[in-house]
Amino acid sequence: MRPLALNALLGLLALALFLASLAVGPAELGPSESVRGLLAGGSEAAAVIMREIRLPRAILGLAIGFTLGISGAVLQGFLRNPLAEPGIIGVSAMAAFGAVAAFYTGLAGSTLYALPAGALIGALLAVLLLLALAARSGSTLTLILAGVALSSLSGALTSLVLNLSPNPFASYEIIFWLLGSLKDRSIEHVWLALPLMAGGWLLIALSARAIDALSLGEEAAASLGIHMARTRLLIVVGVALGVGAATAVAGTIGFVGLVVPHLIRPLTNRLPSRLLLPAGLGGAALLLAADVAARVVLPAGELNVGVLTALIGAPFFLWLVVRSRREVF
Amino acid sequence: MRLDIGNLDVSLSGRPVLHGLSMALSPGEVVGLLGPNGAGKSTLMRAIAGLVEARGDIRFGGDDLAALSPAARARILAYLPQTRIVGWRLAVRDLVALGRIPWRRFGAPPTAEDEAIVERALILMDVAHLAERPASELSGGEQARVLAARAVAQSTPCLIADEPASGLDPAHQMMMMQALRRLAGEGRAILVSLHDLTLAARWCDRVVMLRDGRIAAEGRPEAVMDAARLAEIYGVTAHVARDEGGLILAPTGLTGAAP
Repeated sequence: MRPLALNALLGLLALALFLASLAVGPAELGPSESVRGLLAGGSEAAAVIMREIRLPRAILGLAIGFTLGISGAVLQGFLRNPLAEPGIIGVSAMAAFGAVAAFYTGLAGSTLYALPAGALIGALLAVLLLLALAARSGSTLTLILAGVALSSLSGALTSLVLNLSPNPFASYEIIFWLLGSLKDRSIEHVWLALPLMAGGWLLIALSARAIDALSLGEEAAASLGIHMARTRLLIVVGVALGVGAATAVAGTIGFVGLVVPHLIRPLTNRLPSRLLLPAGLGGAALLLAADVAARVVLPAGELNVGVLTALIGAPFFLWLVVRSRREVF
Repeated sequence: MRLDIGNLDVSLSGRPVLHGLSMALSPGEVVGLLGPNGAGKSTLMRAIAGLVEARGDIRFGGDDLAALSPAARARILAYLPQTRIVGWRLAVRDLVALGRIPWRRFGAPPTAEDEAIVERALILMDVAHLAERPASELSGGEQARVLAARAVAQSTPCLIADEPASGLDPAHQMMMMQALRRLAGEGRAILVSLHDLTLAARWCDRVVMLRDGRIAAEGRPEAVMDAARLAEIYGVTAHVARDEGGLILAPTGLTGAAP
């Protein structure tokens, strides 16, 4: 498919699902009521529901989905590994641990910003550790190994906090948050996360040429004038900004970053740079669709969207592992 | 402009691999780099390409290559690694076009000139008929030619190719050497490492023979490639003959003394 047509198609799909996300919820609002509430404002119920509940949720679905999709695409290109995803460099696990620490210390209850701040500090710590661990070698393999070690460590620390948590309600709250959800997020969450995510997208876009050259391996890429250390910095910081901010407001949402690049790649000419924008749009569409589905399938209890994406993602991952042995990427 | 390598010392993980090596590469010549495994051929090539840390001088014209930006260096010198990596399922044409990266402005689409250069590289390496096929599904020899075309498309005055002919059938080995000769004819300087002695003797203007990180012999093939030299450097006995095309060197056995 031609790149322009593909991007237009995925953009329209994401837009349609964005509107669907605005239209779905427990309060039964008609289309005209919704539009009026969204645009006219005021204090009536429809305006409050649309502007303070559904709009932030739809924006976050769009932006977080885009972040996860583009991050997965850039990491798969950079690491030349079809099984790479945003979680592989350990940033989301560290961000989750940061948030859990904020829960545990009780700071999370005191202000809206404590939880995201904890997650962002976790993500920042992850970046510093990653760059320190992987700095001495230009190899992408070192980065994967450092990321895997970091993921295990933060997973263990999160378990430790759960272990030590003072009462079962605190544990329940932590676990529920870790499952990932877009429910009950406010416009403040949007203002907090969106600029960071946009910064991440920009840094990732700047690495487009480098990930193309890396199709030929690290040595050939370096001989094509690619500055490997700078590329690694761009990608690690870009992914950490985006995924750190996403985790800070929505918890951990798995598998979108892994699955989407694989769904989209066959529709492109398979140059890693050409995958970035479509994977972002596809990620946005997928997360919005999952978030709408989570509200429709179980209207009363409401499924956590992170659970839903993992339920779809894990079987897909298995299929991917089986298929990748035949080297068809 | 000439590529001058002066007094090059390279150590890998603390172990010295190249010792004060000096050589030059002039436009229009194909220089064969010979020597047994572990003599330092690949390390020399990687050092010239700026991929391993080296002490000494590598100059092109007056410019110190180490002082140039990676992008500027990539417009002077193309390097074809020995390890052949074909990522994803890129079409051959798209893969070869990656060679244009150092010349393209960030985010700009390829120009007509880029496309013409890619087309010429595809034809030169006899892979134009494979242009739309995924490179990852080609045979090893075909992939070798596709990757060589990528290095050619970089359009640099110097080309450093590490064993581009290994794994190729005899006809394509000669085609590869013929292609390198044609590039030299356009004024490029070519350094190519080879294990096939006859191929080196018949197609290179000059050979540089390495042993233990030092130059053991250097000169025109007829002048330096004889049975005694091959025994000394490779530890093999060889049958040496000659026809109108140049030398024919066939290793026949081991000399007994380990090289």
